[in-house]
Order: sequence, then C-alpha cells, then structure tokens
Amino acid sequence: MNTTASHQAPTFPPISTSPGVGFGWAVRDTMAMVWRNLTMLRRVPQLLVFALVQPLIFVFMFRYVFGGAINSGSAGVPYVDYLMPGIFVQTVTFGAINTAVGLAEDKNKGLLERLKSLPMSRSAVLGGRVLADTARDVVIVVLMLNIGFLVGFNTHTNVVKVIGGVGLMVLFGFAICWIFAVIGLSVSNGEAAQAAAFPLLAPLTFASNAFVPTASMPDWLAWWADRQPLSVTVRGVRALMLGTEPTDYVWGSIIWSLAITLVLAPIAVRRFRNS
Amino acid sequence: MSPIAIEADGLRKTFKDVVAVDHISLAVPRGSVLGLLGVNGAGKTTMVRMLTTVLKPDSGKGLVNGFDVVHQQQAVRRSIGLAGQYAAVDENLTGRENLVLVGRLNHMAKPAARERSTELLDQFRLTDAADRPVRTYSGGMRRRLDLGAALVTHPPILFLDEPTTGLDPSSRLDLWAVIEGLVSDGTTVLLTTQYLEEADRLADNIVVIDGGLVVAEGTAKQLKSRLGDTVIEFEFRSPADAAHAADVLGSVTSAGTIVRVVMSEGPNTLREALNRLETAGLVPGHVALREPTLDDVFLTLTGSASGDPS
Repeated sequence: MNTTASHQAPTFPPISTSPGVGFGWAVRDTMAMVWRNLTMLRRVPQLLVFALVQPLIFVFMFRYVFGGAINSGSAGVPYVDYLMPGIFVQTVTFGAINTAVGLAEDKNKGLLERLKSLPMSRSAVLGGRVLADTARDVVIVVLMLNIGFLVGFNTHTNVVKVIGGVGLMVLFGFAICWIFAVIGLSVSNGEAAQAAAFPLLAPLTFASNAFVPTASMPDWLAWWADRQPLSVTVRGVRALMLGTEPTDYVWGSIIWSLAITLVLAPIAVRRFRNS
Repeated sequence: MSPIAIEADGLRKTFKDVVAVDHISLAVPRGSVLGLLGVNGAGKTTMVRMLTTVLKPDSGKGLVNGFDVVHQQQAVRRSIGLAGQYAAVDENLTGRENLVLVGRLNHMAKPAARERSTELLDQFRLTDAADRPVRTYSGGMRRRLDLGAALVTHPPILFLDEPTTGLDPSSRLDLWAVIEGLVSDGTTVLLTTQYLEEADRLADNIVVIDGGLVVAEGTAKQLKSRLGDTVIEFEFRSPADAAHAADVLGSVTSAGTIVRVVMSEGPNTLREALNRLETAGLVPGHVALREPTLDDVFLTLTGSASGDPS
C-alpha cells in the first residue's frame, strides 16, 4: 500500500464469510425481483392492454366470425362456453413469451451479469421473473374472464370450481414460463426471443381442442391434439367451469404442469449459472 | 488482512474452441489501481468476469480480498463492486429505485439502503433526476448511476470494466475524478480500458494483455522507458513521402503520414535525421519532439492501434 493512501485508515465494513444465502434471504431476494419485474407493468400499464389485444381478436373471430359454424360437440353447451376456456389457456400460454423477452433483454443489457456479481440468491433471478409473470397471468385471466361474461360466457358449476379452473390455468402458465425461461437465456435479445417463441406456441395452441373439437381432425392430428398438455389443461378447465369433461383432465393437467416445471426449471437454472 | 487485494494465478478460460484468457497472473496491492489494457477481444472482460465470480475459470486460481473466487464466491461478492461497460441499470426503474434494489439484493436493511441511495445520488449529482425512470437519463448519467450501484455497500474492491467507453470527453473527465476520489479513500480498483490515456492517468500499475496473455507490465513510466527517450515526430504531406522517410531514417514506428524516431543520441539524432532527409530531398511539413506515450508502447507490444480516446 502506498504511503499517501494510508494517511487515513480505510473504513470498510467487515465481510461475512458465510458461504450461502439463507432461506429467508432467498425469499426476500425473490420478492425484490418480483417487485422489480412488476414495476414495469405499473409504470407502463399500456402493456397490460397490449397483452389483451390478441386474445380479444381471437374472441371476436371465434365467437362471432367462425363460431356460428362450429358445434361444441356437447349437447346443451353453447359454443361460446366451449370456446372461452380455450381462449383463457391460450392467453396464459402466449403470456409466457414475456418471460423469454424479459430474461433475454436483461441478459442483453448486462443486468444479469450485475445480478450474478451480487451476494443474492441465485434462484431469485429466475424465480422472481417467473413469479412476476405468473402474477401478471392472474390479472390477465381475471380480466379475460370478465370479457368472457360480457360476450355471453356462462359457467355451469359453482364458484369454488371456477376459481379452481383459474388456478389450473395459472399453474399451467407458470410451467410454460419455465420453458420460455430456457428460451430467453438461450437467445441474445428480446426480438430473437419473440421469434423463437412462435414456432413453439403455434402447434401447442392451434393443434389443440382449444377452439374446435378434435373429432373433425385427421387421426394423426387428433392423436396429438387430444394428448398434448395445452389440450389436457383446456379440458381440465372445462371440467371445472362447465362440467362437460371428466375431472381426470384436471389431474392430467396438474401432472403435465408439474412435470414441465420439474424438467425445465433445473435446465433454466443451469443455463443461468453457465451463461 | 492480506496486503494483496486481488490476485490471479494462471487463470484460464476457453469458450468452445476459442481461448479467451490463456494464462494470466496479476496482483493488485490494497489501495492501488491496476489498469488492464488491451484491444477488444484481448481477454479483459473475461478476466473481470472470472474475478467477480460471474464466470468460473477452467483452471488457475483467483483470490479477491483473500477469498477464493471459486470456493468462497459469496465472500468475494460481498467484497466487491462491479460496474460494466453496458451500464447495467434497469431502464424502467428510477435512479433511486435502482440503487435501493441493489442495496436490498446486497442484503442491506431497507432504511439503510434508502439512506445510502440518497447519499450516492447526491455524490453523483443525480438528485434532480433521482425519481425519474432511467430511460430518460443521458449516457453519462447512466454510467454515473451504474458506478453508484457498484458502490452501494462501500466495497473495498472495485472492478470497472471499460468505465468510460462511449462517453463524451467531459463525462469521461467527470468519471475519472470520481474514481480518483474513491482511490484516495483507500478503495482498490481493477480497471480495464482500451484507452492508454485513461490507464496513464488513473493506474498505478498497468498490465497489457493481448490474445489472452500478459505481454507487458509495470508502471506507466516503466513501460514508456521501454521505448527509450524522447521521440522526434516528422509529419509529411503524403504517406509515400512518409514511407520513403521511414526507410531513410530507420524509423521505429510510422503511421500514415507520421514518422517517429527515438532520440537516442540527444540533439545529434535530430541533426543527423535532418541531414539524411535533406540528402534524400524530403521536406517534412511539421516536426515535433515528444515524450513517448503509452500508445507507442501499445503499438510496439501488440502490433495494433488502441482505441481513440476522443
């Protein structure tokens, strides 16, 4: 140390040598990141409106343009009731693009690098992102539910089951966010994330029973459209909100969501650590 | 407390087939400033990323504040501040919110984080803009905020990765003054730069790296003395004349229309040079004497030009 610098003893705080981040701090770090990610929505509320544009177009097209020509496939169930659970699940699925774009932008701007140099919990960065996007899903689903009521959607069960249906799609949205976390960490910026998302979303949302019954599809397509996770979730939501499907699909959807999360979350975490 | 704040011993990092850092060792005494100098792609940022625990080295050892960068990552993170070349602040948060967030993620209590943020905003002349979203800030303001974010916890060791790249000259001078202030308070700084002027002004010691290897190290004075004494600089009207003159003079370096000759034998060198030019029928448009700069060192060592400081 040179002599000119030592005329005043530097007063730096002592450094703790404890190796990890305690559970309490991990929770607080995650909450801090959730707050940070949601601030964008509070500050730019138009983003929420933009998020509703696409589902509204789908509601208009399928409810009023194509709807008259489509049969719900269940006696006594108007097409609008069949359609809306599909729209809801499609909305949370597309909403997960936000996770990919958010993470890719944070990476691109060097923010992930700064966060990695802080003594914060490693899992809080991804956890904070996914939980914030899940909270956003809840808001959007509730708005869409009300829009559904405006265009004539009716539930045929009870309040508890309808809330259960909301919970089922939010859980599914949470799981899909982990897929998009992996995508967001694998591309270089927000636009690339957006471009990478669509080819994945199209077969999931359109080759499904979200808008039309699978009975009219060719066998090979119907095979996929009946089994893939989005269809299973839509059927689960119909089971809870309309009572037209067996409750097996509720469990099927929960299993799909948990399986996707258990496989993709560790991959996302590894990708974050190594990026 | 170890007298060495930052120590690297044979650090190495490869990305697929590209060797980013081949084998770099360096030591930064407490309270001093090390300038890590190199062109883009020399391995400067990779070095910083390894020493700040952002990236795990393939081999070699790094100690920061006495803590191992691989096995004691949390202690290293609590010891450092990092400000990067991208001004890593959140555009949608206000300046104040950015600082408080970094304080919270450093596990400071909320009131302490708030108090410290106010202090830093004041120190960096951002008080008026404190509650505006960062996306309304100028480049210089962002950099100041970014540096402020690195200082929230009063870290004893600071890593600055090209802190002034892309800044206008007055913002650069501004940031230099801030860094000098931190150093006079005892902070240890490792600074990467492509600007020799910056290293010359701020760094006690300089390590020049190229292709992931150390090619020279020492104080600015020592590095300059490698090139000997004063240099005579002749400027010609055309590159062809300059090339001809370089031939006649046996010049050390030439670039464009400028030819430099080391004044190894005092005034006699100048007389000799002018005689030779006259014999060859070459008339320089301009003649100047100057002390060797780090630019000369850099050119000689790496064979490529450094970034232009303005």
